[in-house]
Formats: sequence, structure tokens, C-alpha cells
Amino acid sequence: MDTVGKSVKRKDALDKVTGRAKFIDDYTRVDMLFGATVRSPEPYIKILSIDTKNVEKIKGVIGVYTAKDIPGKNIVPLVLPDYPFLAEKVAKFAGQAIALVVAETEEIARTATKLVKINFKKLAPVFDPLESLKNSAPKIYGDDNIFKRFIIKKGDAADAFKNCDVVVKKTYTTNYQVHSYLETQGMLAELTDNGISVYGTMQCPFYVLNAVCDILGFTKNNVKIVQTTTGGGFGGKEDVPSIVAGHAALLAYKTRRPVKIIYNREEDFVSMSKRHPGHIEIKYGAKKNGKITACNVRYILDGGAFATLSTIVLWRGTIHAAGPYEIPNVSIEAIAVATNKVPCGAFRGFGQPQVAFANESLIDELAEKLGMEPLELRLKNALKPGSSTSTYQKLSSSCGLVETMKKATNSIGWKNRKRVTVGVLRRGFGMASGFYGVCLGAAGKFLAKAGAHVQIQQDGSIIIAIGNTDMGQGARTILSQIAAEGIGAPYEMADIVEVDTSRVPDSGPTVASRTTVMSGNAILNATKHIRQKIDKVVCEILGEKSSAKVTTKCGYYHMGDKKISYFDAINECYKRRENLTYDGWWKEEGTTFDNDTGLGDAYIVYTFSTVAAEVEVNIETGQVNILKIASAHDIGRAINPQLAEGQIQGGALQGIGYGIFENLILKDGKILNPNFSGYLIPTSMDIPEFIKPIIVEKKFTDGPFGAKGLGEPPLICVAPAIINAIYNATGVRIRALPAIPERILAESSAL
Amino acid sequence: MKIKFTVNGKKVVVDCEPSKTLLKVLREDLFLTGTKEGCGKGECGACTVIMDAMAVNSCIIPIGQVAGKSLNTIEGLSKSGELHPLQKAFIEEGAVQCGFCIPGMILSAKALLDINKNPSTNDIKVALSGNLCRCTGYTKIIEAVKKSAIMMRAQR
Repeated sequence: MDTVGKSVKRKDALDKVTGRAKFIDDYTRVDMLFGATVRSPEPYIKILSIDTKNVEKIKGVIGVYTAKDIPGKNIVPLVLPDYPFLAEKVAKFAGQAIALVVAETEEIARTATKLVKINFKKLAPVFDPLESLKNSAPKIYGDDNIFKRFIIKKGDAADAFKNCDVVVKKTYTTNYQVHSYLETQGMLAELTDNGISVYGTMQCPFYVLNAVCDILGFTKNNVKIVQTTTGGGFGGKEDVPSIVAGHAALLAYKTRRPVKIIYNREEDFVSMSKRHPGHIEIKYGAKKNGKITACNVRYILDGGAFATLSTIVLWRGTIHAAGPYEIPNVSIEAIAVATNKVPCGAFRGFGQPQVAFANESLIDELAEKLGMEPLELRLKNALKPGSSTSTYQKLSSSCGLVETMKKATNSIGWKNRKRVTVGVLRRGFGMASGFYGVCLGAAGKFLAKAGAHVQIQQDGSIIIAIGNTDMGQGARTILSQIAAEGIGAPYEMADIVEVDTSRVPDSGPTVASRTTVMSGNAILNATKHIRQKIDKVVCEILGEKSSAKVTTKCGYYHMGDKKISYFDAINECYKRRENLTYDGWWKEEGTTFDNDTGLGDAYIVYTFSTVAAEVEVNIETGQVNILKIASAHDIGRAINPQLAEGQIQGGALQGIGYGIFENLILKDGKILNPNFSGYLIPTSMDIPEFIKPIIVEKKFTDGPFGAKGLGEPPLICVAPAIINAIYNATGVRIRALPAIPERILAESSAL
Repeated sequence: MKIKFTVNGKKVVVDCEPSKTLLKVLREDLFLTGTKEGCGKGECGACTVIMDAMAVNSCIIPIGQVAGKSLNTIEGLSKSGELHPLQKAFIEEGAVQCGFCIPGMILSAKALLDINKNPSTNDIKVALSGNLCRCTGYTKIIEAVKKSAIMMRAQR
């Protein structure tokens, strides 16, 4: 391999270190206007009237628009049709968009929003998801407040528990997590001669395309969505950009001028979708020898006011809820519930970090009750090649969970670990393991495709047009590497074009750690066909039999001891008028999961992970200092080891934030700390002294060069590993995230 | 009101309200959009520039306070096409992901290296502690700063 497996330099790094990379707020137009959003002041209101008279008189204000101004459909096209672009009769959370102001400057637009008068009547809200499930709760979604419910029944868990020697049952809860990407949401919309173009920060341009078409009533060939350099996503730019783009498009359509909307940090906090708070009741039953034979999970997600992606977040959580173990009897009930709070949606891990915290904490509690070592208990029950998951999916050979357990623990000195006490400081060790279904799986099978238009120019440069996006994770680099390897070209010659929905194939969303596999395979499908053309020409030039194999090395095509350079071969193809263009395609095949039984193959493959941690707890202040993190992942094949390490390190720190820092506080449905001084994310002072990314490569035969996905897994196991280490250090078992000092002190004084 | 100052070695005059932030002036009046707004409240460091050798959050500095000062922004870092060692090291170490924090991060690091040729890991962590990054976990950023310190010492 010339390129795959090498830590080549990122395609976008030069523009980013020089300040030349253009994010959406760096674009302007001479006649551009600014849009700002009027939001619901209360969590649940009936809107009686909206008075805009005073506002329209303000100098610089061009207009104020409400739901009645929408020419198309007033529903954001996501999974369930419940979320309006602009509230009409009711608003269901504090921060929901009700009206839009457009003005000559951002300042005027923002000031004017405060003068739009909303006359409303407060309705009785419901904030607690468990309350929301009760018959007595106000009905805010359908007749039961349930967005979605899933059931899995493998074997007979109720019966199996009767025959267990040891049973542990606990309840765990988790708080919100805010994506805190550094670039807030933003869009710029402008009319064109055949419709409208919208530019902005986003993960899923084809979702945004649906949204803009729907709000304006345009057809898709009259709308163009362009993704600009995106300053972080983590799931937070999966659903919300559809709303921001819809708003910007509406304002451009109404004013006939370009309109930019950039969220400030506070409105980004109060309005954009979050990681769901979770409530998990979980029970494991085992034999004396440590074999887990039964598992029961009741998993409740607090969906907030609108469904956004709750149904599929819930599905992913359900599939993984029993943990990365082979358990013959599993019973899972999972419910996503509506409440009058900010909606929850996609966030790195997508419904898994909540349940992973629960099952990986509980397995340590089980180990203690069994008198077994936590690593030994995990190894005994771990999913292995040929194991059957909670849904009866038989795992392939691409299953390196056991290797991740051994490597992660080894690298922090697990075997010889000792609890240490120095004054008020207590040191301890913990671990957690997980698995992650790569790509959309059965629940998203209608979107589970990807295309790649690959074209070689006469100078040897390769144009790659794909529908998945780079939001910072490095897709542009990884996919260029895959294309270069497939063609046999130098890496420098391959690059991905700007993602523009009018020019790239709809490849479904850029989510679910799916881009390397999906777009990578679509690219390889294209390069395979192009190579047939090139190889034929190479054969003729080198005077070899057409049946002989052409190999590539360092920019040359080889046949036996003869060779021709890549550039000469391409030039020769051009002279012979060969078509060096192909539209590659790839679909996920083979998922058989059945919603009614909750059984079948849920995903095409899984990534397996283990995190081991050493922490130090100050028992007087409750403060936790993470000393060591080792994070091992079986990702099939690292296309670019340096980028893979970057994903693992970044995910580790987000996981540390989730575990011990990040604490969004809501009172009566309103967020009290919508900023980085109140909602603390990790800084450079919070990284462990030792942080070790470990890559395990159990080749996935259907992946590009054996690769699986990596984006999300690095976050998932971090919080439970830390929580287990805190317990090991102090004897304090934290069952609610985050483990902020106040909580640790409260739990410790209760002992 | 007319306000004079120096940006990247070039004298500039802007005519605006003295309360307008330095960040807005850089981006809107001087078209230096490499400096980013992440929070607008001095909490995230994305807008960091160097003002008279100090790394500052340009989003909370009124332009009136900048009169007569000398500024460095990300656009002024490479000299005649040659990247600054920090820029080279950030690329080589894989310290860049989404890139939104990077201009501010590099300027905070430069302010440190300008006064401390051989910083310890802790010196670097402290110097970057006002610059939030949500992608990288900081590890490769810190490695890049260490590497550029070595490159800069070798240049002298």
C-alpha cells in the first residue's frame, strides 16, 4: 500500500493553520441582510397573537415573518412530522423559534427580536420524562407522550433470572451533553436564476435540501445546498442545520436579497438538539462461575419537545443496551418520551453512551458481588467471533473486543494495579468496554447507500465528488487516500470537491461513523471500473498479455519487471480517448432486523472498544483528576493512523467531559447556564498525563481495505471507565452522570 | 471616530464606533476573517490575537482601546510564503481537525514561544488553557507546540 495505512498530511490543514479556510460566517455578499430568531420565552405556551408593528418601524429592519408567511410546509422534514420551522398555535420549549426578523445589520436584527411582542397563555408543562409517561401527565405528543418504543426479547430472561446464582439490579441516570462545537450554527441563503442556493455549516446536505424544498415548496433541481468548511459537528449538525437553512431560505425568498443567519453561542445552547438525558434500570444475572445468563433493561430517553432523531437514537441504544457480552436471555424495553424542554437529537454515540454507562457500571457491581476481577468477568462474557448479540446477530471474524480489553488494560499497568492513598488523595483503576454498530443499520436502511463520482483529469489529478461531508473528522483526507490507492495515483493527486447537492450523489447522512465505509466503498467501486480502462492501456503499452495482473507501487503501474508512470499512463489513456470517469455506488446489504420481534442482524459490522483509566480523587473536595487513559479500538483497518489517533484522543476528552464536567442545568424547563463559563467543557488543563490510543485491526471483509468506522466509539466507554475507577479509588459508586465534585461528596458522606 | 493601529506590521486607520469590538473590526472592516468568533464573551479563545505581545480575546476588546497598539493575527504569521514553525508543526503533528479554534490556538502558542523558548508541557497547557478545542483533545496540539519550539530554537 502506498497511501492507505500511512499518516499522510490532512488536505485541509494548510488552509486551517493560515486562517484562509472559509467558514460560513466568513462569507458575505454586498447586498446581504441578517436574520435573527424570536424565540419562545416559556416552555409551553399557547400563542394568542404576535405583534410586529413596532418592529417593522425600526430603521434598518426589512421585515418580520411568522409561520403564516411560509409558502411551503411548516414541518422540518426529519423522522416524525412534528417539529414546525416556526411555531404556529403553541410553542413547546423555551427557545423554540416563533418568528424571524431580517435587517440590514446583525445588531439591528438581534435588537429587533426583543421588541416582537408575543401574546401568550401559559400551558401546564411536563419536564420529567417519567412523569410524562404517567396517565395524569399533560399530553404534549400524541395521546401518550411517547415518540417511540422498542422491545427486544431474546430467549426467556424472566425464567433465566430464576436460575441465576447472583443478580444485580440498579438504576442509572445521565444528564444532557452539549456538542459545544466551536463554530455555532449558521447559514447563508441567496436566490439564483433557477431557484435558491444555501451555504452553511452542516453534516447532512441532503437533509438540508429536503428542508429548504419543503419550506419554500421548491423542487430539488431548483435548490442547491453547499456545505462550507464545518467547525465541528459531533451530531449537532445533523438535524438543526435543516431548521437554520429553512429560516435563511425563507428570509431570502421573502426579501429577494441574500440573508445570513449566524447563531450566537447562547441561542445555540438554548435551541439546538442535545444528547438525551437517560434513565436506565438494568439487571444482570449470572452463574457462580461468572457466566452472565440474563439481562433486563428498561431504557427511557428524555426526548424534549420534538422527536427530531429520538426514534433512531433510541433504536441504536436499544440494540446495544445489554452491553458487549454474549448473553443468552435478554429483555429490553426502550422508550423515548416527550417533555417541554429543548429537543434532543444526535450526539457522538447516539443513544449508546447513556446505556454504556449503565451496563459497564453494573458489570463492575456484578464482579464485586461475584468476587471476580472485572477484567476476568468481562473476558469471560465478551462478544467474540461467532458470538450471538442481543438480537441473535452472529458476529463475523472482525471482532477484536478481547484484544481491546487486554491491550487497554495492559497499557495502564492493570495487572499490578494498586489503590493508593496519599493524604486526602485516593487513586484507583477502572475499565469499560463497548461495541458500536457501524453505519445506519436496519433502522436506516432506506438511506443506507452512498455514491462517488470519480474522474481523472489529463494532468493526473483526480476529482472525487461524494455526498458525505468532512466536519473536521478528516473524511476529505481519508477518502482521498482510498481513491489514490484504488487508482494507483500519488495521494497528492486526489481530492474531494466541495459538497454541493446539485453536483454530488445523495449518499445519505454523514452520521453513524459511516463515511469511511460507505463513501470509501463507493469510491472503490468507481476506481475498480476506471482501473479496468487504465490497466488495459498499461497492458498494451507494456506489451503484456491482457490477462496479466497490473500492480501499483509508488506512482507506477507494474507488470512483471516492466513499468510505466501513473502520469504517462493517464496521458496515454487520454490520447486513446478512454473514459476515465465512473459513478461508483455502494449499499448496505444484509441487515435483517425485524422491528416486531426485535431480532435479526441489526448492523453490517461492529467496532469494538475498551477504555482503561487511572484516576485520583480528592476526598475532601470531590475533585477527580484523570491520570491515565488507554483507549483501544478494533476499527478493522486504520486508513490514516494519525487521524485515527486524533479521533481517539478527542473522543477521550469529550468522554471525560461527559463523565465528570459537563452539567447543563435546567430549571422549570429553562437552561440556566447557556455558555462556556457555566457549562464547562475540558480545557488543556484537564487532559491526563498519559493518554494512549491503541488501534486493533481485525479486518472487515466488506470494508474499504478492511476498515470499519471510528468516529463515535472513542467517546462511549470513557465515562463508565472513570466512574469505575472512582469507585475503585474511594468506594463511592456514582450512578448519575456527571460525577461533579458536589455529587461525589454527597455520595461519599452518605456512605 | 478614527482609530489608528498596526496590524501584522501594517499601519491601518478605521472609522467606527469606539465600542465596536476588535474582533468585528478585524473581520468586517479589515476583512481579516481568520480570527473567529466562538462565543463573543471571552470564554472560548477562538478570537485570540496578539496585542503588544499579549494574547487577548479580541471579542471583548473595544476598538477604542486598540489605538496605537500593534496586533498580530493569523494572516500575518507566515512570512513571504514561508509558514511559521507553529503552522508547520500543527500540520505535521495532525493537530488540526475542524480548524475553528486553530488560529486562536496558534496565536496563544506564539505569544508563549515569543517569551519562553523552551516551555514545559505545563507551560504550554497553561498558555492554551483559554483556548477551547472540542475535536482534538489537545494532545496533538501540545505536541505541535513542543515541536515548533524545537524548530524555532534550531533556527536561531
